[in-house]
Amino acid sequence: MKEMRFDSAVIGGGAAGMAAALELAARGLSCAVIEREGHLGGILMQCVHNGFGLIEFNEELSGPEFAERFEEKVRKTAITPFVGTTVIEIENEGAEKVLSCVSAGLGVVRIRAKAVVLAMGCRERNRGNIRIPGSRPAGVYTAGLAQRLVNIEGYVPGKDVVIIGSGDIGLIMARRMSWVGCKVHAVVEILPYPSGLTRNIVQCLNDFGIPLYLSHLTTNIYGKDRVEGVEITPIENGALMTEKAFKIPCDTVLLSVGLVPENELSKTAGVEINPMTNGPIVDSSLMTSVPGIFACGNVLHVHDLVDFVVEEARRAGAFAAEWLSGKRPAKEVRVKAGPNVRYVNQSRVDPSRDNKLYLRTLIVKNDALLEVKLNNKVVRQAKKSHVQPSEMISLTLGPAELEAALQVPDSVLEISIQ
Amino acid sequence: MKPGSDSYDVAIIGAGVSGANIARRLSAYELDVALIEKEVDVSFGTSKANSGIVHGGFHHNKKYLKARLELQGAMMFDRLKAELDFPFERCGIVVAAMHEDEMRPIEQLYMQGVENGVIGIEMCSRERMLELEPKLSADCVGGLYAPGGGIVEPYRFVFSLVENATKNGVRLLTSFKVDTASREGERWVIRSTDGRSIRARYVVNAAGLYADEVSRIFGGEEFAIKARKGEYYLLDRMTKCKPERVVFPVPTSVSKGMLVIPTVEGTVLIGPTATVVPDKTDLATTRAELETILKSARNMIPSVSETDVITSFAGLRPCLEEDFYIEPSRKAPAFIQVAGIQSPGLTASPAIGEYVKDLLKKEGLKLVEKADWDPFVRKVPRAKDLSPFELDELVRKDPSYGEIVCRCERVTEAEIVEAIRRGHTTLDGIKYFTRAQMGRCQGGFCTYKILKIIMRETGMSWDEITKRGSGSSVLRGEL
Repeated sequence: MKEMRFDSAVIGGGAAGMAAALELAARGLSCAVIEREGHLGGILMQCVHNGFGLIEFNEELSGPEFAERFEEKVRKTAITPFVGTTVIEIENEGAEKVLSCVSAGLGVVRIRAKAVVLAMGCRERNRGNIRIPGSRPAGVYTAGLAQRLVNIEGYVPGKDVVIIGSGDIGLIMARRMSWVGCKVHAVVEILPYPSGLTRNIVQCLNDFGIPLYLSHLTTNIYGKDRVEGVEITPIENGALMTEKAFKIPCDTVLLSVGLVPENELSKTAGVEINPMTNGPIVDSSLMTSVPGIFACGNVLHVHDLVDFVVEEARRAGAFAAEWLSGKRPAKEVRVKAGPNVRYVNQSRVDPSRDNKLYLRTLIVKNDALLEVKLNNKVVRQAKKSHVQPSEMISLTLGPAELEAALQVPDSVLEISIQ
Repeated sequence: MKPGSDSYDVAIIGAGVSGANIARRLSAYELDVALIEKEVDVSFGTSKANSGIVHGGFHHNKKYLKARLELQGAMMFDRLKAELDFPFERCGIVVAAMHEDEMRPIEQLYMQGVENGVIGIEMCSRERMLELEPKLSADCVGGLYAPGGGIVEPYRFVFSLVENATKNGVRLLTSFKVDTASREGERWVIRSTDGRSIRARYVVNAAGLYADEVSRIFGGEEFAIKARKGEYYLLDRMTKCKPERVVFPVPTSVSKGMLVIPTVEGTVLIGPTATVVPDKTDLATTRAELETILKSARNMIPSVSETDVITSFAGLRPCLEEDFYIEPSRKAPAFIQVAGIQSPGLTASPAIGEYVKDLLKKEGLKLVEKADWDPFVRKVPRAKDLSPFELDELVRKDPSYGEIVCRCERVTEAEIVEAIRRGHTTLDGIKYFTRAQMGRCQGGFCTYKILKIIMRETGMSWDEITKRGSGSSVLRGEL
């Protein structure tokens, strides 16, 4: 079995992995990027629609174009990409992490690195996860699988489609399936508001006349061999209106019911997981509970836009490099998700510098107030014209707000939305 | 047998766990045997969706044939595993009493177990139960322990039995749905709905849910098989609730109750329910029943969480009467009924093979042992079970062991190809053979890769690929 040694290793060669690796390489550190698919780019490669890069490049790119810009930079650096290579285990050996990686070309290689950045992304929730009753015919797919089949493999999974869940991939696929000549009969959402971005509701549903059923639950999938239809039941005041249930005939059901960070590998290294995000608990430097292991992108928490992913990944790469150079924060302050906040993506902030935080709210509200309190004293207030769970909120807090924490032991920073 | 001949000594109808065991047992003799299956692959009926348990031998009284076959069958699994390379483990079974009142039936089960000669069976105090199974609720008041009970992957068991039977000369005919049967001298002529026909001197009716229809076609006894549905939840292998042993509640008059099963492949299964349904193809799960399962499982193991659920499914038990119905027909000549094989059918199945072989002998079938009978199947290395060193060595010999196709269950391209070469060419067949698509993403990441491998290996075009045979096409168009 081969062994190789690097200063750092990044697991995952999608947007997050490439962005983190570029930062490490820019600081003169040797870096391996390990990607299970045959090429870099990750899930972006099947996202052939536009809308990527508005923040990052100030222009609208397709997923593959966005990925290509990063891949070009990777090729120009000393980063060593391992494609077609799957990490099967992470072990801690003294100050080093050992990644067991398997590929057809090299067999099993043990990659040793002093710092590891987790950037494995997420997976789609499936039918079992949301427990839709009924039979189990062919024709039930996650939206991402359908996207892969249509955009890369060139196959149409079905002709008459109902999409369950109004996540962004589902909305994008509603438009995509319409373009390839399929009839999308409905998008069904259990919540009273859509899960996807507003721009996708407009561009992918409204423009195609596809009905969106909010506050409706899919209560049955019919069909012996192939899907024959779904039963949809309205929800009123939290109760299922069984007598108002109706059936939509279709041959295909696509599921867009949320994403889950893929951390089974992280757990092999002993990384602690936040049950609110299903991602690792990270400190002010995006480092997990295992010293030397960092996390960024959708493996940390599910992001709305790839632009946010690469921003976060750059910081993770830079923090990992700082950590390798021996730098440690002098003091950290605990971050608490206060009223109406689902989670704040890092559990600590460093009061001596700027901290960029991503958070999600639990509520839908117009004219909301975001409030940050340090030890129960308000240090920041910001008006938000509209907040909803599907739109991530970002916030930067610096020494101006946080320096008071330096004097108080066990300081707590609480973020709330009213 | 002459090549191309369609005449057999024995035709077994139904390639579920009963038919497969009978076929494999008969393959040890100088006989021409046909194993007939209406589905596109074997083990696609009752045998694919059940609890996957080798029972402990204490649930049924020995006056029943099913109890005697259960006891005998359970003892045969260790040797079968050594020969046939399928996942099986004797993890032990506990029956948990959650209330003082339930200790009476526990005692009765214990007495029955002792009477049945179950090795190592013991009555347990609360303390002993919690020591045997620390995940149990603190409300447990005591119970029963049968160390010999175990867990098995039922479809892999059937696949291996059939593979070994065919290796020893049994002819497998899939997608062969019996349509008519008639006598031609001393032989049966069996015709399928698609026009194929075979001849056989003896016929074994192991048609599971459809044994009543098959009996009618052959002019045998009139009876009605009822389908009793059992719904299940499957939980991720990383769940915190995984017990060390199979955990049973105290049984009711109709069923053994809803269990928490640590499957032999590392996931956790909870269920089954027991509801008679009028439609023998009704494999739908229902909201109400699934709630019942969660509640029942949590009552015994409180850490069962619905967030760990990766899929649900249902199976249908073929129910006839209290006992198995295994005997020669009194109406149809040279026709052996193997019907009503509900629980503990999987456990009893190796003994059913023996029993039916003996019945056939009594009916005049001459059994001459084959000198060259080979009891083994070729083992498929599974990447999931290998150390990094072993996997490294394997990739050097076959690089496709380095291509991980299913990340959740760590299945490599080599294993998918092996499944296809052994005749499993549907998505479900490949799933049952390899576990690819069976993990937490339920095929979200690997399905398209498997589709491509099927097309490459079989030469099938995209519109010929199915989930589980005709009608269940996976793709509906090409761009």
